Amino acid sequence: MIEVENLTRYYGSRRAINNLSFQIEKGEVVGFLGPNGAGKSTTMNIISCILPASSGTVKINGFDTFEQSLEIRKIIGYLPETPPLYPDMTVAKYLDFAAGIRGVAAKRIPASVERVLDKCSLKDVGHRIIGRLSKGYQQRVGLAQAMVHDPEILILDEPTIGLDPIQIIEIRKLIQELAAEHTIILSSHILPEITQICKRVIIINEGEIAAVDSLGGLTASLRKSDRISLTVRNSDDTIIEKLNNLDQVLSVSSEEEDQFFIECALRSNLQDDIAKLALENHWGIIELKPVSMTLEDIFLKLTLEEKEPAA
Amino acid sequence: MKNSWIVAKRDLGSFFNSPIFYVVTTVFLILYSFIFINILNFFSMQSMQSGQFQQMGMGLNINEMVIEPSFQNMAVILLLIIPIITMRSFAEEKKSKTFRLLLSSPVHLKEIVFGKFLACMIVVTLMVLLSSYSIGFLFFISEPDIGPVLTGYLGILLMAGCYVSVGIFASSLTENQIVAAVITFGFSLFMWVIGWGAQTADSATGQVLQYLSIIEHLDRFLKGIIETSDITYYLSFIIFGLFLCHRALDSNRWR
Repeated sequence: MIEVENLTRYYGSRRAINNLSFQIEKGEVVGFLGPNGAGKSTTMNIISCILPASSGTVKINGFDTFEQSLEIRKIIGYLPETPPLYPDMTVAKYLDFAAGIRGVAAKRIPASVERVLDKCSLKDVGHRIIGRLSKGYQQRVGLAQAMVHDPEILILDEPTIGLDPIQIIEIRKLIQELAAEHTIILSSHILPEITQICKRVIIINEGEIAAVDSLGGLTASLRKSDRISLTVRNSDDTIIEKLNNLDQVLSVSSEEEDQFFIECALRSNLQDDIAKLALENHWGIIELKPVSMTLEDIFLKLTLEEKEPAA
Repeated sequence: MKNSWIVAKRDLGSFFNSPIFYVVTTVFLILYSFIFINILNFFSMQSMQSGQFQQMGMGLNINEMVIEPSFQNMAVILLLIIPIITMRSFAEEKKSKTFRLLLSSPVHLKEIVFGKFLACMIVVTLMVLLSSYSIGFLFFISEPDIGPVLTGYLGILLMAGCYVSVGIFASSLTENQIVAAVITFGFSLFMWVIGWGAQTADSATGQVLQYLSIIEHLDRFLKGIIETSDITYYLSFIIFGLFLCHRALDSNRWR
């Protein structure tokens, strides 16, 4: 559905993105992940036909973003990093305007506005001035604006930035609901968000793609060992040594006095052995669990690994 | 065209929702009315005097002595006020990042530019219409010639269109509304006084300078003359300004 090929964009002499290529299928929910300034927003701006690319192409449903941008703009809903809200308008009037400008036929505008007000739970604030709404509501108005013309593709640039935890959960839930009917591209530098919403992640770092994979795939490909965390009641000096003596254990480290991290060979399933050892020695298990690699780890690993050869 | 109207309608809504329109219109009407009353008083004083000395009454003409100077003064006030009306057009959209909504919508850039122009023109036309109570009043107390009044309004609106077109172009160059207003005012004033250079320049250059001057073309409208060259001048001025605005916005995306 979306084909990006060798996309490069310069701002003056500074290169924001370099040679990005990836594909997104219909119905997918894809996350752009990267530190601030990595080129996520630039990529999204190019896909939404706001910026032209310096070189390379983006094709959506076979239409080129540069040559046939009007066709593409009809099927894209874009929520930029700063929601494009006119603070002096009421929510309903603003959505009326957004529907009109996004090409919804005049007759269908009231129904479309009604639909997004309902979907984004904005019914109660429809008559209120946008400038006086809380940040969470403003973000929802921004989201409503992006989907008022029922686009096939939703491009959401950091949709949860600046919200409080409850608002974040609400917006995420909303996006998850939308994922059923739309192709969604979502960017974030907050990692758990991507884990929860997206099936596939594109990691961008310094304008280049560091990795494209599903979350499971990423974890698997980067993982060289399994990690198990053990917390005990009665710790003593011998624990580390005894754990180290187990088969397939690569290393044992301890950050706090009674918590130990055991690195062991892939798929060795040492939990039983560790538990047995703990019982025999009366360490008193409080917790024993595998530690899965978080996106943070993946992210750091990828971005740091990328850097090393250059340095 | 439909899209331009959507853009214009939103802009008009924000004009009428904010105090700017009301403040600007009030200031415009007060200034204009004060000047109009003075012109009218001066005219009635002269009429009184000519009642005593018969031969003085020869040159008295309400069109020439009241309506024409009123229009000329209105042109000056509009020069001061239109930059305030146009400064927001693109500068505010860019500053508050709302411009991206327009850019990512299925509309041509030229439709957006024309919509912005349309909104400002409607506001200016409304102000000029409100001020027409003064000329209307003259029809009650006297019998002015209606022809020069109508062509006068046409001329004023065309000239205002030039200011608006400069203003929208200036607004597309910057995110800062003050900068936009100052550029608009400076450039409009320059295009006004450029004709003054004609007096000292050699005849060929002088003619060019005179033709370029915004105010030069208004004079004939105020006298009731519609000339193709004047209309061509104003229309091409407006279109060129909007064209530059379109180019500025478009090139901005490449930088």
